[in-house]
Amino acid sequence: MTIVDTLDTTGIKADFPLLAAHRERPLVYLDSAATAQKPRAVLAAMDTFYETINANVARGVYEIAEQATNAMEAARRTVARFIDAPDPASVVFTKNATESMNLVAHSWGRANLGEGDVVVLTELEHHANIVPWQILAAELGLEIRWIPVGTDGMLDLSGLDALLDGAKVVGLSAMSNVLGTFTPVRAITDAAHAVGAVVSVDGCQYVPHHPCSVQDLGADFLSFSGHKMCGPTGVGVLWGRRELLEEMPPFLGGGGMIEQVSRDGFTPAELPHKFEAGTPPIAEIVGLGAAIDYLEGLGMEAVRAHEIVLTEYALRTLRERFGDDLVVHGPADAGNRGGVFSIALGDVHPHDISQILNEHGVCVRAGHHCAKPLMKVLGVGATARASVYVYNDQTDIDALADALDEARSFFAL
Amino acid sequence: MSGLEDLYREIILDHYRSPRNRGELATPPAHRAEGFNPLCGDEIVVYLAVDDELAGDDARVVDVKISGQGCSISQASASMMSAAIKGKTIREVRDITQAFKSMMSLHENELEGEDPAPEPMAAPDVELGDLEALRGVVKFPVRIKCATLSWNTLAQAVAEASQPAAS
Repeated sequence: MTIVDTLDTTGIKADFPLLAAHRERPLVYLDSAATAQKPRAVLAAMDTFYETINANVARGVYEIAEQATNAMEAARRTVARFIDAPDPASVVFTKNATESMNLVAHSWGRANLGEGDVVVLTELEHHANIVPWQILAAELGLEIRWIPVGTDGMLDLSGLDALLDGAKVVGLSAMSNVLGTFTPVRAITDAAHAVGAVVSVDGCQYVPHHPCSVQDLGADFLSFSGHKMCGPTGVGVLWGRRELLEEMPPFLGGGGMIEQVSRDGFTPAELPHKFEAGTPPIAEIVGLGAAIDYLEGLGMEAVRAHEIVLTEYALRTLRERFGDDLVVHGPADAGNRGGVFSIALGDVHPHDISQILNEHGVCVRAGHHCAKPLMKVLGVGATARASVYVYNDQTDIDALADALDEARSFFAL
Repeated sequence: MSGLEDLYREIILDHYRSPRNRGELATPPAHRAEGFNPLCGDEIVVYLAVDDELAGDDARVVDVKISGQGCSISQASASMMSAAIKGKTIREVRDITQAFKSMMSLHENELEGEDPAPEPMAAPDVELGDLEALRGVVKFPVRIKCATLSWNTLAQAVAEASQPAAS
């Protein structure tokens, strides 16, 4: 089956003020895995919120307070629909995906884990799905086991049964932020559930780039950030199975998360408010809702098709122009990966690569991408990472290749 | 590309491609210090051997070796540093370090991660030689940490070498 890219990237670029702005040299933005650019519709939704209905949510009986509350709850329903969650009350707003994953570890983990219990992670996790469990492990005496990454950039599941033996929880990225690898979330979740373990999925890269159904994934928790999917910074999402969320103790305490407080104690509010202490990032939540409307306008199937076609083009272009001088870490098949390219250009250091690229207006990230255990597996200290989104096209990949060519000759490979 | 040529001077690329004093020293007698740049994963190990630890600031650096990995700026800075301090007394090493930091427009406290000092420190009157080539790095603020990583690591090794154990 031939995959057809139906996205009009010229029109899409025009929707993003930062990309459309006139500059001395064109901006080639290839760092969307770190944060995506924002379409005008998102910025306008946030401005409109502040200009017309800004008020704190809940409890206000005046008109704009009710409108602000309604706008936030409408965004919650939009998020629920976007991830195919049957129950909007199981969608919790956080400040980012890192907080979402910490919420799982500290609330669910503390209530359900004890000395000697086993946490299973993968070698391609972001630090956000590693460190919260390490904090807990040091405190409670947990054992952490690792699902290895093979040389093909895919998870090696040959020892999965042994790794899961006795496991209570699995932390799993649905898509690697370094290699682009898609992981078999459903298969791992089914295996985890068979031994009674719950699965906390890091969806930061997956949710913005791939159609997502929490019911199909089968996992127990899904965390993601607004800012990587054209939304603003400052808002993240935790979706959880309602029966798990109901039993979990609150994470942060304060206003908004209680039903009753006396000198003797408190009773927590109903879901989702139990996990939303303090004033939420209301305008950002509204902005996230607008970002999802924008992505749904493009269609997530079309977004994924666009990225498959662009990934194939990128892998082919880099192979043709650089041969053995350049390695793109991770799966070779665009069907198994998203549009994230961790590049090794001979022994030129990623910092030096990205410095030369910057001279050409090409924005990539150099470093360990908050995945140091994976860097160790790859045998490198850092990589230069280019990543694409809905507004990128072949001209961006060509500009990347031209700049890489310059880096190759500058450092006389 | 004029900006890039300020950053990647030929002498820097030469030190990057052919690093001086690369390797390790037996510890003890040499002192070993590790430095990391948590932002990019670069790491530097400095091995420092002095002739007489009890001589304090008058002790002389008889050998220095550098290992670890990093970008051209961090590797070249480490290589030039090793060449500049070999054979110098601890006092002279401190002066060179201070002169280099001053060239990088860094205040002493800022380099140590504390609050910036109100005034830049006075630069000792020291010939920096090849190290002058790194002056262009200040135009690229995100790369200053690359250039100073080895110097911060050296400062740790010097602190050890010039403060004999209480025993």
